[in-house]
Amino acid sequence: MKKLSGIIVLIVGLLLLYGVSDPDDFPSWGTPDSPANKSPVSQYFITDTIVDTEVPNMVTAVLADYRGYDTMFETVVIFVAGLGIFSVVRVFGHSGSGRVVTADTKPDMIITNTCRLLIPVIQLFALYVLAHGHSSPGGGFQGGVILGASFILVALAWDLDTALKRFSEKQAIICAGIGILIYAGFGLASVFLGEEFLNYGIIHRILPGVDSPEMARYYGMLGVEIGVMFTVASVMFLIYGLLATRGRMTGGL
Amino acid sequence: MEEFIHSRFNYWIYVILMMIGLWGMISKNNLIKKLIGMSIFQTAIILFYVSIAVKSETANIPILPHHGHDFSPKVALAHADSPYHEEDHGDHNGHHTHVETPKVPDPDGYANPLPHVLMLTAIVVGVATLGLALAITQKIYREYGTLEEDELLEKVRADDHD
Amino acid sequence: MIEHAPVLLMVVPLFAAVFCALLGLRWKVVCLPLTIIGLGGALYFTIIAFLQVSASPDHQISYFLGGWNASDFPRGVGIEYRVDLLNGMVLIVIAAVALLVAIFSKQFVPRETPGKEPQYYALFLLLAVGLMGMTITADAFNLYVLLEVSSLTSYALIAMGSRRASVAAFQYIIMGTIGASFYLLGVGYLYIKTGSLNMQGIHDTLIGEGLHDSPAVYVAFLLIFVGVWIKLAFFPLSAWLPNAYSRAPTATGCIIAPLMTKVSVYIMLRIMLTVFGPEYVYGELSWAGPMVWVAVVAIIAGSILALGQKDLRRMLTYLIIAEVGYMVGGAWLLAPGGMARGESLYSTATGLVGTGYHIISDAAMTLCLFLAVGAMIVKAGSSRIEDMKGLFRKCPVTMACFVVGALAMIGVPPTCGFFSKWYLISGAFEAGRWEFAAALLVSSLVNAVLFFRIIEFAYFGKLPEVDDAHGHHQHHDEGGMEENPPSMLVPLVLASVALIAIGLFNKEIAGYLSQFLNTVAMGGQG
Repeated sequence: MKKLSGIIVLIVGLLLLYGVSDPDDFPSWGTPDSPANKSPVSQYFITDTIVDTEVPNMVTAVLADYRGYDTMFETVVIFVAGLGIFSVVRVFGHSGSGRVVTADTKPDMIITNTCRLLIPVIQLFALYVLAHGHSSPGGGFQGGVILGASFILVALAWDLDTALKRFSEKQAIICAGIGILIYAGFGLASVFLGEEFLNYGIIHRILPGVDSPEMARYYGMLGVEIGVMFTVASVMFLIYGLLATRGRMTGGL
Repeated sequence: MEEFIHSRFNYWIYVILMMIGLWGMISKNNLIKKLIGMSIFQTAIILFYVSIAVKSETANIPILPHHGHDFSPKVALAHADSPYHEEDHGDHNGHHTHVETPKVPDPDGYANPLPHVLMLTAIVVGVATLGLALAITQKIYREYGTLEEDELLEKVRADDHD
Repeated sequence: MIEHAPVLLMVVPLFAAVFCALLGLRWKVVCLPLTIIGLGGALYFTIIAFLQVSASPDHQISYFLGGWNASDFPRGVGIEYRVDLLNGMVLIVIAAVALLVAIFSKQFVPRETPGKEPQYYALFLLLAVGLMGMTITADAFNLYVLLEVSSLTSYALIAMGSRRASVAAFQYIIMGTIGASFYLLGVGYLYIKTGSLNMQGIHDTLIGEGLHDSPAVYVAFLLIFVGVWIKLAFFPLSAWLPNAYSRAPTATGCIIAPLMTKVSVYIMLRIMLTVFGPEYVYGELSWAGPMVWVAVVAIIAGSILALGQKDLRRMLTYLIIAEVGYMVGGAWLLAPGGMARGESLYSTATGLVGTGYHIISDAAMTLCLFLAVGAMIVKAGSSRIEDMKGLFRKCPVTMACFVVGALAMIGVPPTCGFFSKWYLISGAFEAGRWEFAAALLVSSLVNAVLFFRIIEFAYFGKLPEVDDAHGHHQHHDEGGMEENPPSMLVPLVLASVALIAIGLFNKEIAGYLSQFLNTVAMGGQG
C-alpha cells in the first residue's frame, strides 16, 4: 500500500509541476503582468472599491460586499461545523465509557489573576479588530476568533464549568444562529426593498443617519461582519468545549 | 536551471508541501496522522493562491493608506482646510490644496486582493473540516478503542459479520 | 418577490435550518414541521424559477447577487446565479427528493439519532441548501464553498449513526477533502490563466485568448475532473461510497444516495459544457476513447460487485456506482471522427441528452429504492436479503413500490429507466461505441437477476415467526398484514408515481435538454 501511494503521490506531483513549468505559459512568481493580476476584475477591485463603498481595505470590501454571498456561506460552514461536532460527539448524562476527567489542582493564583487583567483587554482588542477591519487587516472572522479565544482562556485558566457558567452551551448555539440570521437578514432587507439579495446600497432608505448608497454599503459591511463575529466566537468556544471534554461538557482541561 | 527554480520558487514549495500532505493522507495508518496530512494538504493550496497575488517586490498590501482619504470621493468633496487635513502628518506639501477629483489607486502598487479573499474562505473551510474530522475521530476512539486503521478495519469487519 | 426566486430557494431553507437549530433546543416538536415548510418553500421557488426560465426568450435567467450585474461592472465582480433548462430541472429534483425524504424520516430520526433531532434536521436542510447552491451557481469558487457546505453536512449526518458509520464517515472525509481540494487547485490554475472566476468569463477568456493549447489549462481540466470524479464515485475512485452510504442512518442514506452523486454529474456536465466548452473538451482532448472504456469497466464492476452482496443497502450502493458509469460514459459518447473545432454539438447530442435525462431518472429511481428498502428493513428487522422473506404479505404497498423501482432499474417501459437506457444506447449506436451499449445491456440483465432474486424471496418466502420489536411473539396468520405508517408510505408511493411520470414525459424532458444543448452549441451562452 505504501508503495502504491508513493507512486500516486509522485505522479500527481510531477503532473502539477508540468503544469507550472512552461515559462511562456505560466507566470513566474511576482509578475504584475499575469492574467490574474491584469484582469479587469482585479483592476476594478483596486481602483473602484473606495468609490463604491468608501472602505479602504479592499480585501474586506470584496469579502463582505462584492463576494458577500460567499462569506455568508462561509459563516454557514462554521455553523455546520459547530452543529456537526455537537451532534457527533455530544453525549448526555453519564453514559458511555471513560471517566470524567477533572483537574485535581485548584486554579493557580498567578494564572487566574493575570487572566483577570488580560481577558477584558483581549475582548476589547477583538472588538477593535472587528470594527477597524475596514481600514486595517481585520474583520469579522479575525475578531470572532480572538473573542472565542478569550472565552477559551477563561476555560483554561479556571475550568470549563466556570466558563460555561458565563457562556453556556445553549447560549453559544443561540448566538451562532443569531449571527447567520443577522447576515441573511441584511440580505433579505435588500430583497424587501426591491433590490437583489445582499445589495446593501438600497438600505440607506431604512438606516438612520445614512444618506448615500456608499455609506450604506460601509455600514452594511460592518453589520454583516458583526453577524459573522457572533457565529465564529460562539462556535470556536463550542468546539473547544466539546472536543476537550470528549462530548461531556464538564470537567476537561 | 537555477533561474527556473528561482522564478517559480513558490510553485515548487506548494507542490512539495502538497505531496507531503497527500502522502500522509493516503499511506499513514494512524487516523491522526492522516488528519495532519489533510491539514498540510489544504495549507499548501492556500499558499499557492496567496503566492499568485504577489505583484512585485514594491507592491503594497491591498489596503489603501491613510484610511483611503486621498482616494475617497466623499472626502474630496469636503473642504481642504477642514480640521482633518492638519492631522495628516505623512502628507507634507502636496495634499494641502483643494482636492477636486480624488486620485485613482495605481493597480500595480497593490497586491491582488481577490486570492486573499478566496483564501480567507478556504482557511475557514479547512478549519471546519478539521474540527469535524477530529470529532469523528474522538467518536471512533470512544467506540472502538483504537486509532490505527488496520485494527479498525478488522473490528468493523467483525461487526459486519454479526 | 417572484424575480428573486433564484436566491429565495436557497434562503428559505437556510432560515428554516437556523430556526430549527435554535427553536428546537426548547421545543423539539417544531423541527419536522419547520423542515417541511423550508423544503416546501424551496420546491415552490424552484418550480417558479423553472417556469420563468422556460418562458424567457433565450431560456436562461441570470441573477446577480449584491447587484453587481454584468452590464455596469466587469463580469465576475460579483457572484452570478444562472438558471437554465438543465439546472432548472435538477433544482426541482433536489427540492422534491429532499421534501419526500423529510416526510419519510419521521419514523427514523427519533429512533436512530435520539436526542439530536434539531441538529439532524438543521443539517438536513443545510445539505439541501448546499446541493441546490451547487446546481444554480455560475461562479467557480462559489461552487467550491457550496460543495463544502454539502460535504460537511453529509459527513456529520453520516457520522451521527452507528459506530460503523463513524469509520465510514472518516474515510469519506479523507476522500472528499482530496476531491474538493483538487477542484480548488484546478480553479486556481484557471484563475491564473484567465483572471476570472465566473464560468462565463472563464469560457470567454479561454476562447478569446486561444488558450486551448496551454498545458496549465490542461492540468487544470485534469485536476477539476479528478476532483469531481472522486465526488461522483467514478470507479475506481469509488471506494468510499459503499461504506458511507450503506452504514449511514436510514434517512441520511435516503437523501444522500439519490442526490450527491447526481449533482456531481451535473457539475461535470456544467464544467465540460460551460466552463471549457465543447470545442475544447471534444475537439482538443482525445479522451473520448479511453473514457468510455473506463465507464464500461465501472458499469461492469458495479454490477458484478452488486451480485455478491448479501446486504440489501450495500447492493444498492454498488448499483449506484454502475449508474454513475452510465452517466459519465454517456457524456463522452462521440460521433465517429470526433468533433472538429466549430462543429456543432449535435453529433454528440444523444449521449448528452441521455446523461442529462439519466440524472433526473436515476435520482428518482435511487430515491424510490432507498425509501422502499428503508421501509423493508424496518419490517424485516434486518438488512440482509435472505431475511426479506414473505414481505409481500406483510407490507404489500411497500413491496409494490419496490417492484416499480426494480423495474425502472432494469429498464422496463414505461418507467424512466427504459427511456434513459434508450437514449444512452441510441447515443452509443450513433457514436459507434458498441461496447458501451453492450455494457448497458449486461447491466440490465444483472439488475434483473438481482431484483428478481429479492422479489422471489419477498413473495414466495415463508414469513418467519419472529419476535417483533416489543418482544411479543406474534402469530402470523395467512392474512396478517402490518403495513408501514403513512409517513413512510406517502413519499414512497409518490416516488414510484414519479418514476412512471418521468418516463411518460420523457419527450418533454429530452426536448428541454436538447434546447439547452442547442444554446451551448452556439458558443458561449450555455
